[in-house]
Amino acid sequence: MTSETNSDHLPEKPRRRTLLGWLWALLGLLACIELGWLTGSILKSRKPIAARRQGNRLIDAGRVESFSPGDVKAIPEAMAYLSRLEDGSFIALSKTCTHLGCTVPWDQVRQRFVCPCHGSTFDRTGSVLTAPAIRPLDYYPVRIENGLLRIDIATPTRRETFDASQTTRV
Amino acid sequence: MATGTSPKPASLTGFILHLHPRTVPADTIRFTLSFGLGGMSATLFLILLFTGILQLLSYSAAVDSAHQSIIEMYAAGSLAGFVRNIHHWAGNLLVIVCVLHLLRVYLTGAADRTRRLNWLIGICLLLLVLFANFTGYLLPWDQLAYWAVTIFTNMAGYVPLVGAWLSEVLRGGGEVGPTTLATFFAIHVGLVPSLMVILLIFHFWLIRKAGGLVRDQDLPLERISAMPALISREAAVGLGLTSLLLLFAALVDAPLADIANPGESPNPAKAAWYFLGLQELLLHLHPTFAICIIPLLMLALLALLPFITGTNLPPGIWCGGDNGWAHAAAAWGIGLGAAIPLIMLDDLVLKSADGPVRAVPWISRGLVPLAAIAAALWLVYRLLRRRRSSRPESVMILVMLIFGMLCGLTAAGVWLRGAGMALTLPL
Repeated sequence: MTSETNSDHLPEKPRRRTLLGWLWALLGLLACIELGWLTGSILKSRKPIAARRQGNRLIDAGRVESFSPGDVKAIPEAMAYLSRLEDGSFIALSKTCTHLGCTVPWDQVRQRFVCPCHGSTFDRTGSVLTAPAIRPLDYYPVRIENGLLRIDIATPTRRETFDASQTTRV
Repeated sequence: MATGTSPKPASLTGFILHLHPRTVPADTIRFTLSFGLGGMSATLFLILLFTGILQLLSYSAAVDSAHQSIIEMYAAGSLAGFVRNIHHWAGNLLVIVCVLHLLRVYLTGAADRTRRLNWLIGICLLLLVLFANFTGYLLPWDQLAYWAVTIFTNMAGYVPLVGAWLSEVLRGGGEVGPTTLATFFAIHVGLVPSLMVILLIFHFWLIRKAGGLVRDQDLPLERISAMPALISREAAVGLGLTSLLLLFAALVDAPLADIANPGESPNPAKAAWYFLGLQELLLHLHPTFAICIIPLLMLALLALLPFITGTNLPPGIWCGGDNGWAHAAAAWGIGLGAAIPLIMLDDLVLKSADGPVRAVPWISRGLVPLAAIAAALWLVYRLLRRRRSSRPESVMILVMLIFGMLCGLTAAGVWLRGAGMALTLPL
């Protein structure tokens, strides 16, 4: 805009004016970079949220006998579900929807997880039944020690499809 | 412009007069030309600024005290709750008024060559209004707030290339928590209002540079003094709106859900009404399409409207004159009516495709529906042109169709979604 008005009134701009104009623009750019760097360093220095699950990473989920094949139980301390599949193996599923992060309740009647935010559904292995979700629910490793089930909640594992290696056999 | 013979008095009156031109074309102060929508937006902005500053005194921006501080605003003898109500309803109303203002500007042919920079600034202001509303409803740290932040920061993660970085910066870490609230508080009370003030000043100045409101060039130009003709009208609209808003805020409390519970999403978990159109899109489409590609496409089309030659409606006349308004209204109605059967149809498709997902989601739930809608719109456009409808009018009909569909998506989100976001009848 300014160049337009300038050219109206000053058809011939002295060359040193142009140079000075460029210098101003350069200074402005430097100021912007500095401001951006400052903002970035402040954002970086923020304390990361202390991991909520520090401390106990192995959560007791009950005894093997208390699950019959087809059972899905919520384990609130682990923010997870423990699901016993038809073949008797166990898989621990994260409660967090892989679409946009809502928690998915288990619908006993429809025998599936139904997301309350965008309607994705998942079966008992965590696989997607209805879009919009595009990935199965994350899973946690399950350990069985003397008939006692333990979920290792250190890190949820992302996956593209369900396969038997993600389950734990008795 | 200030070529007045007598200098303006150095007082508040003088300042108000200085913000206005000395004379305005008589035909532009007609209420039915602008419906005072721009003035209403400015009034609401000032109210929001004032009530926002007042709320800084009673609100506490920390995860463990935010919700309680809002409950205490409603304690007996406290006016803080009333102030919060005004702020909440003014914010909601501002979304409606801004959208209507944008439509008014487009439909009266004001988005022309001389005003296209201002059109772009107006779009930026609309986006800032939406972002201000969004960051505002996070602050109570109730269930709505917590799950909205969770969804939003996860949504940012689907943006191509920068997604992971963006959601990390917004959240201030891997999970939603105290840093997230601090970030959104800074955005809501600092960043957004200052950007808006700067853009608003630019917005107003560009209206003055364009010679005031858009007008029908065929009418004889008769200039009348802005004082009292324009200023008294502005005062009537501004004060009338303020009194109605205060009355409404005195009668209806702003909603507040239960305190945030990271362990359980509410069912159904719905966003604020103005985002339910987007939420409805998310139910049907691949996340990258619903979050990024389609909103960006719509925004780009909207921004480019005044830059495509031969699409401008005639200035100062609603919808191009004649029966234009009826065509625009019909297009809007058809868009609205088409959205709901489309939603129901896709709901059936989603249910019938139940079972292990086989199709590639970004094709079946992204490219295919987008191409289908684009082809349908192109077909409508060709048909209109064949029927000798002018180019500006055909474009207007497309714009109103798309706007109607957006309204339909929003209405479906508000009234037709129940538990588990399943389709239900509103009762």
